[in-house]
Amino acid sequence: MSGRSSSGGAGILPLILRRMGAALITLLLVSIVIFTIASLLPGDAAQEVLGQSATPEQVAALRTEMGLNQPALVRYGSWLAAILRGDPGHSFVANLPVSQIISERLPNSLLLAGLTSAVAVPIALLIGVVAAVRRGRATDRVLNVVTLSLVAIPEFLVATVGVVIFSVRLLWLPSIALVSPDASAGEMLRSLALPIFSLAAVVIAQMARMTRAAVADQLDQPYVEMALLKGVPFPRIVLFHVMPNAVGPVVNAIALSLSFLMGGAIIVETIFNYPGLASLMVNAVTSRDMPLLQACAMIFCAAYLVLILVADIVAILANPRLRA
Amino acid sequence: MNRATIWLKRLPAAGKIGLALVVFWMFTAVFGPLVAPHTVGQFVDREVFDRASGQLWLGSDYLGRDVFSRLLWGARYTVFLALAAAGTAVLIGTSLALTAAIRGGWVDEILSRTMDTMISIPSKVLALVMVAAFGSSLSLLLVILTVTYVPGNFRIARALAMNVVALDFVQVARARGEGAIHIAVREVLPNMIHPLLTDLGLRFVFVVLMLSGLSFLGLGVQPPHADLGSLVRENISGITQGALAILAPALAIASLTVGANLLIDSLKSGGEA
Repeated sequence: MSGRSSSGGAGILPLILRRMGAALITLLLVSIVIFTIASLLPGDAAQEVLGQSATPEQVAALRTEMGLNQPALVRYGSWLAAILRGDPGHSFVANLPVSQIISERLPNSLLLAGLTSAVAVPIALLIGVVAAVRRGRATDRVLNVVTLSLVAIPEFLVATVGVVIFSVRLLWLPSIALVSPDASAGEMLRSLALPIFSLAAVVIAQMARMTRAAVADQLDQPYVEMALLKGVPFPRIVLFHVMPNAVGPVVNAIALSLSFLMGGAIIVETIFNYPGLASLMVNAVTSRDMPLLQACAMIFCAAYLVLILVADIVAILANPRLRA
Repeated sequence: MNRATIWLKRLPAAGKIGLALVVFWMFTAVFGPLVAPHTVGQFVDREVFDRASGQLWLGSDYLGRDVFSRLLWGARYTVFLALAAAGTAVLIGTSLALTAAIRGGWVDEILSRTMDTMISIPSKVLALVMVAAFGSSLSLLLVILTVTYVPGNFRIARALAMNVVALDFVQVARARGEGAIHIAVREVLPNMIHPLLTDLGLRFVFVVLMLSGLSFLGLGVQPPHADLGSLVRENISGITQGALAILAPALAIASLTVGANLLIDSLKSGGEA
């Protein structure tokens, strides 16, 4: 990259900063949407927490404590300021600070997401490139139907079939993902194998389809034909001519697919009782724990926007024509 | 009739399978409950998670009810709720998109910014926040699923409409003094209807997956109603026996969404050829 940045480096930094600014503004708007929906709660949040048996005095006291007597705009302002300080409020259901609950769960989710990506990205790229190179032939058509079907399969089917095969019939793997600090790395990987498998299946299919589209698009360009006519070996064309041109769209495909991983995690973490952020969010919905739910939602939205932003920046770095 | 046969013949094998699956599930949703051997709540077996037999084609569930009958009823909830939500989402999204494309200016600006913001929220997150805030009765679920999928349709429909609005015949209609509704419905809409129907199909698949996912988490269709996702959830304890009661509804959902996806894909590639 260093050779490139010397030629057009002056234009890149402001462009990247502008994209970052746009992402921050979007995140701000997203926070308004999340806050607005969450405050549309029918009935009274304080009543909800205390239950039917609470006296009016208790409800009034909790309302003041939760700040429900203030106008919505003021509440939004203080919520936003609190989140920026890294203290997104107090969970009245668990009676703990939200930040403490989240900091226990977040590393688990990052571990699961990291391991799944480590498995999914290489396999998906391989499938995508193979399908693109063999486009129109039997291999491509079979891969197309397989990935197309996998994309539409609900995560809980992959997970339940996985459990039935690997932990009920074959007794190879545990059906619950326990993470304890004193488990060895091997034990941990064994208990995470099924969640990773379930998450990766859909992500791989998604990513492989988008990779195929990006690479096939480049393979149809005239420069590939030119190189072929000059007698460049085909693997060399794919690796050194096509791939550098496809980096932008492929990274975009990876980023978008990894954002599907977050949605999948909501189902998969719940099935396997995995103590991550997504299952925490589902619990927050069930118990209507709004401060916790809002914080989780903001983390997921921020992660999504960061993924998109990274893809955007890589595309700019990889393709000088986008720097205009 | 003749055109339909030619169209069927041209459909690739994967598309035919998809079409068959989609038609099968539509029929099941409409007529399934009529042929169901038992009513939804009826206890027919003293064994729970019983194997399939001549009487109980898919065995019994965690309370000893007929899985086959419950599946036929569940398909009705899944298919109809998803059709209604996807249809409404496309209707609203496309109406807003046509308004944005034809009016332009600040109307377009405000609508596009709002939808861009909504799109930046992952759909499962958006749906979960709404379920927490509003609850999940059947009618609320319909609203939540619709709201979740309006922005995606808006973005595609607006891009399609913008291309059409720039064409000469729309300018001519404007010069003739036609009203905005005439331009939207008579001039623009007919020229974007095919990709729009493809998008409707995709939204249907998304909604089925989302609805089943929510029900699977216990946040979607609530008892005594049960869609296919609820059936998977309520029988989850049978997973250690590999019970049909949990696999059958999960496979049912997958066959519906995979079928729809295969059909849409072959229609898309057929349209290009």
